[in-house]
Amino acid sequence: MTNARQQTDKSVRFIFFVVALASTLILFMIMIFLFTEGMPIFKKVSVHQFIFGKYWYPTSSPPDFGIFALIAASISVTLVSAVISIPLGVMTAVYLAELAHKRTAEILKPIIELLAALPSVVIGFFGMVVVAPFLQNTFGIPTGLNLLNAALMLSFMSVPTICSLSEDAIYSVPIALKEGSLALGATHLETLIRVILPASISGISTAVILGMSRAIGETMVVLMVAGGAAMVPSSLFDPVRPMTSSIAAEMAEAPFRGDHYYALFATGIVLFLFTLLFNIIADRISHKYRQTGEASL
Amino acid sequence: MTQENNIIEHSFERVHRRRKLIQHVIFIIFRLAALINCAGLFLVVSFIALKGYKAITWEFLTQPPIDSMTKGGILPCIIGTLCLGIGSIIVALPVGVASAIYLSEYARPGRLLKLIRLGISNLAGVPSVVFGLFGLAFFVIYLKMGESILAGVLTLASLTLPVIIGSTEEALKSVPDTYREASLALGATRWQTIYRVVLPAALPRTLTGAILGLSRAAGETAPIMFTAAVFFTPHLPASIFDKIMAMPYHIYVLATAGTDIEATRPLQYGTSLLLVAMVLGMNLVAIIWRSVLRKRMK
Amino acid sequence: MSEDYKIRVKHLNFYYGKTQALYDISMDIKPSRVTALIGPSGCGKSTFLRCINRMNDLIPISRVEGEIVLDNFNINAPSVDVVMLRCRIGMVFQKPNPFPKSVFENVAYGLKVNGVKDKAFIERRVEESLRKAALWEEIKDRMHASALMLSGGQQQRLCIARAMAVEPEVLLMDEPASALDPIATQKIEDLIGELKEYYTIIIVTHNMQQAARVSDMTAFFYMGKLIEMGATDTLFTRPGLKQTEDYITGRFG
Repeated sequence: MTNARQQTDKSVRFIFFVVALASTLILFMIMIFLFTEGMPIFKKVSVHQFIFGKYWYPTSSPPDFGIFALIAASISVTLVSAVISIPLGVMTAVYLAELAHKRTAEILKPIIELLAALPSVVIGFFGMVVVAPFLQNTFGIPTGLNLLNAALMLSFMSVPTICSLSEDAIYSVPIALKEGSLALGATHLETLIRVILPASISGISTAVILGMSRAIGETMVVLMVAGGAAMVPSSLFDPVRPMTSSIAAEMAEAPFRGDHYYALFATGIVLFLFTLLFNIIADRISHKYRQTGEASL
Repeated sequence: MTQENNIIEHSFERVHRRRKLIQHVIFIIFRLAALINCAGLFLVVSFIALKGYKAITWEFLTQPPIDSMTKGGILPCIIGTLCLGIGSIIVALPVGVASAIYLSEYARPGRLLKLIRLGISNLAGVPSVVFGLFGLAFFVIYLKMGESILAGVLTLASLTLPVIIGSTEEALKSVPDTYREASLALGATRWQTIYRVVLPAALPRTLTGAILGLSRAAGETAPIMFTAAVFFTPHLPASIFDKIMAMPYHIYVLATAGTDIEATRPLQYGTSLLLVAMVLGMNLVAIIWRSVLRKRMK
Repeated sequence: MSEDYKIRVKHLNFYYGKTQALYDISMDIKPSRVTALIGPSGCGKSTFLRCINRMNDLIPISRVEGEIVLDNFNINAPSVDVVMLRCRIGMVFQKPNPFPKSVFENVAYGLKVNGVKDKAFIERRVEESLRKAALWEEIKDRMHASALMLSGGQQQRLCIARAMAVEPEVLLMDEPASALDPIATQKIEDLIGELKEYYTIIIVTHNMQQAARVSDMTAFFYMGKLIEMGATDTLFTRPGLKQTEDYITGRFG
């Protein structure tokens, strides 16, 4: 009887183990399929030509498969949105963790969560019908669908990530440090800047990197508001075509297993590697952070 | 000694007023930052609501689109989004809960656990359009499902899996260890303990996680663009191998590539409002439920 | 008359939300003495200590009534600036809480936030404070190492040095040795004896031998009330009240 029960326990454990591997398995499959469907393009163009090629004319003859402009667009859109979302996200986190009354924070936190839950297509739509005409009229530019608009809308998507993770980091700073500083006659702000923020800097960095990772991988927003011109941007008001929007916009028209199709999958590889890099860095930082946290106890 | 104290006193007095002023100004900026976030949400939601509420009629909710999608309703999109959302939860919930149980109840620290954790955290970071590519290459082409509800559901399930695992793990962690110890001390096996004690205690919070996953899946566009969603189909889906229309994709198509973008604005606003209401509604239910559960725990 | 006392507490009541934690405390504290606050845990002695530098302001639902007069001004008055107040009243906490910065930066912190820019002065004051805390000889070669590398006892003496660097007049100590081993405790106690020359020290302790060893005056708290206060020698040998005697003898066995 006991034996049978323990046997069941063992097999249940094994089943759960196998199921738990599913996520890792899916991740591997994603890599495998991206590579099998993307690699054939490199028979036509070299990796170097593909990444640094300035021209993306996949449908002209002969076609050009250079995604440099797409990479530049993804990076510039992400960076500009980071300039907006990092201060906004971190300051909101500070407000929630340090300044707000408990009751106010309890109302505000769900609002931030709801912000994170807004479907990206709706944010993109909002950017198209509200922000684009606004930018166009305010700055007198030919189109409001541009880098700045995309960056603004992307900040919407990354602020909640940055904010909630930073807030956790700030909140987990031991109260003893805060009291120590206040007891020495430091003001609340000085305590924040000199003690609390330095102590939570790794958590905040992780938050920032994950927020940026979310921005670079975001598709619908840039597809709808970035303008779609495959060129290296030279101003905030240039229309751009980030990698994600290129994939989403062209996949439907690309002939099945033609060069264009392969090139889009190869773009997917580059995008995937970017986000993988971001995530690994974030993981490293938070891991290191956890270790010092334990050591100092 | 006295002279030194004078240095201090002097500095203290001199800088003190400025310190307070700086603090005052900066804290106002922090408050403003928080305000901007709330204002952002409020602006988007109220704009969509004001523009969209007129479009939402009985006909809009119960009729298919007519006149090459410039008039009529969005019934097929609503049904499509429900199919995709619910379908993906049906697939992702068991897998996610089982993974979370393994991670928090069975797994011992080690290289294998690290690998699994790495897999989950990186899967959570994969861009949604890459999920779309994966779905296209694997489910649609390799497994020959074609563009279908099934392929879309499986793609969305892969995407929501990390969300479900995360929230279920939190739910399991919130079950006090004393429950487990009490059960084990009575001679129950691990599995009996999990099945009879831990899971029932963690169930409500797991379900809030499932709702969040469902809302995430319902709002996604990029993963279903190449795997399930179509521009227009006159029929409601009859099997899981049919293509379908979906609300997010419908908004995208009407707003960017419809036959007459300006003429279909009311439909776009209406669909957006419905989607936002659905997604935020589910989130709100989950958030409120969660806070009720937390209060009950205390 | 008031010149004789550094701090005069008058009818102090303290509330956490609806629960009252301190009842009508009145107490006079002489300068350059060590006053020990004793009593069972939860008796309000720490809460009382944290009223003196208004550390309880951090608790949003708390409320204070009554006066605490430092020299000749009431620190609970609305016009009082807590930041300035805390420069005059230093505090050492139960667990050593050095900042995750270098030893030097820890001691210099109070001066720097208060706007002292003179580097030579800061260096001199850091050394002076570390010497007073009997820590200088041990760590003078490690001034720029992280304070977290020090042992628990050294960390606590660093925190004392940190508090002294801003030249407070009063030093509050909240069970400063409770997280330390006996040898480190001994060092802290010796230090307290040396420091009372410069500061008015108020120390909370749950250890009655410690109170007997280090303090000149002792106050016994019970259930949020000040039961008895007197010279340490008298209180421990001839307590005036039965309650005090029970507590003291109970502990001594």
